Amino acid sequence: MDWQMLTLVGADRPGIVAQVTQALYEGGCTLGETSMIRLGGNFTIMMMVSDGGKPLATLIEPVAERMQLQYHLDPIHGALHQHLVPNFQVRVVGADRAGIVSKVTGALAGLGFNILELESDVAGSAKDPLYIMTIQGFADATLEALDEALQAAKDADIEVNVSPIETLIG
Amino acid sequence: MAILDILQLPNPRLKEASAPVERFDDSLRRFIDDLEETRRNGPAAVGIAAPQVGHLQRIVIVDCSTTRKPVPNHGHLVLVNPEITEWDGFELGREGCLSVPDYTGNVIRAERIKLTARDPYGATHEYEMTGYEARAVQHEVDHLDGVLFVDRLVSRRTDLFQRKVYQKGGKGKSARNR
Repeated sequence: MDWQMLTLVGADRPGIVAQVTQALYEGGCTLGETSMIRLGGNFTIMMMVSDGGKPLATLIEPVAERMQLQYHLDPIHGALHQHLVPNFQVRVVGADRAGIVSKVTGALAGLGFNILELESDVAGSAKDPLYIMTIQGFADATLEALDEALQAAKDADIEVNVSPIETLIG
Repeated sequence: MAILDILQLPNPRLKEASAPVERFDDSLRRFIDDLEETRRNGPAAVGIAAPQVGHLQRIVIVDCSTTRKPVPNHGHLVLVNPEITEWDGFELGREGCLSVPDYTGNVIRAERIKLTARDPYGATHEYEMTGYEARAVQHEVDHLDGVLFVDRLVSRRTDLFQRKVYQKGGKGKSARNR
């Protein structure tokens, strides 16, 4: 099956997913994996969509215009059932400083850590912002090696901890 | 011994409740041998429940003695008619299931449990378990009530807020966490 990655961004309001997916369904499309999240009050979604025969853009254009969304379509390689199971989780909490993400992920990349999921948010207040990030990923490196690299990379007022994820299959 | 077929979602039999075992005989023990062989045949499963092979009786096997990183455990356990009698604490962990291939997700489970169960000869035993082994038993006992881990999934983002949300539900120590 040939997949395209459909990205939609715009001001958030109720009903966007329903209208977008209805247009795709009526156009004969199939959905694969999708991920939607609200970022800074914006609606954002990325969806694997397979072609239903008609060009996808002609299906999305009307709904994007109606809901005031920007959209983007890319043909992608890849398929369903390509999941990797993470074996480490990294949590970062601290004062919001420029460069946290690049330092932490740089330390991880140096040990061959493959980030599978990353989410970050800014909590606290405008005056005292608090940066919170969680990462799940896979690495062959040891817990001790990851911890050492992370502690060396971080600033003093940031807490970084790494813990193993033992996925239970039952 | 035989390797049995594992039912996979959306097979409706996985959603059925299982009946207690009443006869602790050779045929029960032969089935348990087959269930164990089936568990060992697939991907590294720490547990299996009888309804996963379409046998709707309250039997589970759990073995947390071979995890990559050692965890507190009671070795290889066959639990017949298991009853969880106490729950305490909660933690988030990642689970998958032989009946739901190619998917893993986060589930909140009690951190510590007490349970009673019969062995394959009918003798009653009591156990206190923590962490990973407690999680495995809760996952398997759920199968006996027709509940799968995908019925208990929580969002990845729940992680940092789990305490608040969970306590609001007031289910931390209820007799039946359902």
